[in-house]
Amino acid sequence: MTVFALDMSHFLAGGLVLLSFTLLYQDRLPPLINAYAIQSLFLSLSVAWQAQIQHAPHLLVTAGIALCFKAIVIPLVLHRLIRNLRIHRTVETVVDIGPTMIAGMALVGLSMALMMRATSGIDVLAREDLAFALSVILLGLLIMVTRRNAVSQVIGFMSVENGLILAATGAKGMPFVVETSVAFSILIAFIVIGIFLFRIRERFDTVDVAILDRFRGERL
Amino acid sequence: MTELLNPATAILIIPTAAALLLTLISSYRIAAWINVAAAFLTFTCALSLLVWRPTGLGHLLQVDDLNIVFIVLNTLVGFTTSLFSRGYIAHELEAGRLKPAHLRFYHAMYQVLMGAMNLALLTSITGLMWVAIELATLTTILMVGIYRTHEALEAAWKYFILGSVGIALALFGTILIYSVAQPVVGNGLPAMTWSTLTAHAAHFDPMILNIAFVFLLLGYGTKAGLVPLHAWLPDAHAEGPTPISAVLSGLLLNVAIYAILRFKMVLARNPETIAPGPIMMTMGLVSIIFAGLMLYRRRDIKRFFAFSSIEHMGIIAFAFGLGGPLANFAGLLHMAMHSLTKSGIFFAVGHITRIKNTQKISEITGLTTSHPMLGWILVASVVAIAGLPPFGVFTSEFLVVSSAFAHRPLLALPLVIGLLIALGALFLRLNSIAFGEPSGSMAPDRMSPLPILFHLGLVLMIGIFIPGPIVSWFQHIAALLG
Repeated sequence: MTVFALDMSHFLAGGLVLLSFTLLYQDRLPPLINAYAIQSLFLSLSVAWQAQIQHAPHLLVTAGIALCFKAIVIPLVLHRLIRNLRIHRTVETVVDIGPTMIAGMALVGLSMALMMRATSGIDVLAREDLAFALSVILLGLLIMVTRRNAVSQVIGFMSVENGLILAATGAKGMPFVVETSVAFSILIAFIVIGIFLFRIRERFDTVDVAILDRFRGERL
Repeated sequence: MTELLNPATAILIIPTAAALLLTLISSYRIAAWINVAAAFLTFTCALSLLVWRPTGLGHLLQVDDLNIVFIVLNTLVGFTTSLFSRGYIAHELEAGRLKPAHLRFYHAMYQVLMGAMNLALLTSITGLMWVAIELATLTTILMVGIYRTHEALEAAWKYFILGSVGIALALFGTILIYSVAQPVVGNGLPAMTWSTLTAHAAHFDPMILNIAFVFLLLGYGTKAGLVPLHAWLPDAHAEGPTPISAVLSGLLLNVAIYAILRFKMVLARNPETIAPGPIMMTMGLVSIIFAGLMLYRRRDIKRFFAFSSIEHMGIIAFAFGLGGPLANFAGLLHMAMHSLTKSGIFFAVGHITRIKNTQKISEITGLTTSHPMLGWILVASVVAIAGLPPFGVFTSEFLVVSSAFAHRPLLALPLVIGLLIALGALFLRLNSIAFGEPSGSMAPDRMSPLPILFHLGLVLMIGIFIPGPIVSWFQHIAALLG
């Protein structure tokens, strides 16, 4: 494997970690969604690069899913969704940015120290990918716990998932990577539909329950 | 083609075919019967695996001594729950809480759930097991939210978010296991197969195995509802349909425990790894004591028994963490007894909430006076779940406690305290529910108590006398678990 191949995959995976940090401090929804879209774009580039250097063309399917579904379709749907729910202008009260960033850096330091020391036995490519992937996963979990809004929680979860796909493609010759990414896309689609239903219900609630109660009263 | 048709594949094919068929059936009565028939067929196929174990299942499936226990238990409770569900949903339809379209969806999902759980247990591939558990989780999320009330959707949402975090952690652990196995056994499927993993585990890098196991324990531990990863469990149990509460408590939690056990077996083959036991015992003890204390503050009858499930998962995790032939035997037995008893209790709770039209404990009193049959069944079930003789839960809890005293006397103390705390809470609430002045609706119970009596009978039988073959079978598995 050439040095360039390693450097390139390093660069792309590092880009994912950096974008996780931008996700961490966005307190308005539209830029948060955009940052997620760029992260997904980096993921698809990274996966495509892995497909190239591992000579594994089936990974291109995963890269394609990342590009079409996660970098384009999901962000567009989310933009529409937050406009429909009228939450696109609200500013989320994130826990102070300073401490959050420090916590984020600590998590990245932790995952580097842990994975680089632990994984000395395995392939150098998989090893660095795993370290970066764990950083992305932990940062995504941090986003999920510091947010209250359902949409930002979902974006946190989706960035966790980006980290997982990064890890799975880094592990050389792992079966079911494509299947896993498809399964995850379905899960995400369900979540997004879920928010939609959930919010709609919430808005109709006051009217709906009253009608329902009267309706039941008549029937029983 | 004929190789594909054997009891093992039938356990997967029947639920899939039934799910497809059920999406086409619009009459809920016929659908309920098809559901029962499919569950019964799956159960008989699972039973036939006991006597005839097919070979040549290919690379994806395997039947061995460990998973067969889980499969038989899974299909048995799946069958009795489908019987209970038939009566239950008819009532939900009458009460207007569900529409016929919902029921069509419900029945198809029920079979998908059974199929997914069977696949998780049958497969020999770590990645496929993960996909199956994810599928099972997704279907239960959809079922929990089926009433479309604000609370139900919120419970489903919480389950969704926490379940997804668990799923993510478990997948990272699975990937780590693959990347540690890949340099030793080569690319592709072998590095994800249980048998190759256990055979070569001694050559794997112990440090990565440790980290992978922590991720897997946290990930699948979320699914098993171990404290502090339990927050989704009570809400999901309380807001979903009662048959689903029974399946969640009785079966899905077991599948998660099974996943942890499988990975623990891989770890046990490598002498340089950390012992997974102490982590599991700690999580188990914390679950037992926390759930025991929380039981006192519950106002909702389904949430109450959901917390009791957390307590029992804690006991099971503790037993398997303790390890050794006796504790593993006790863990397996406890798992089987808990599944049967707890799903029976949820059936009874389904009858009660149906009659009284409420889930509030304070509004359900004097059940033995107003509905003697149901009331005394509930009393017997709660006595069983509290771990008192002559029921099987007593036997298994007694074995857990005595092996704890033999190997870790210091840990046995908090275990016993936790069990007593839970016992107190169970009897405190049982007293108000079963005895005293009856309140609320006095309408007769029109649903058949047969499924509950069947479960109670099995638990009672095991409590009094465990048949020899079962003992030697469980002992054999306990030895395998190490």
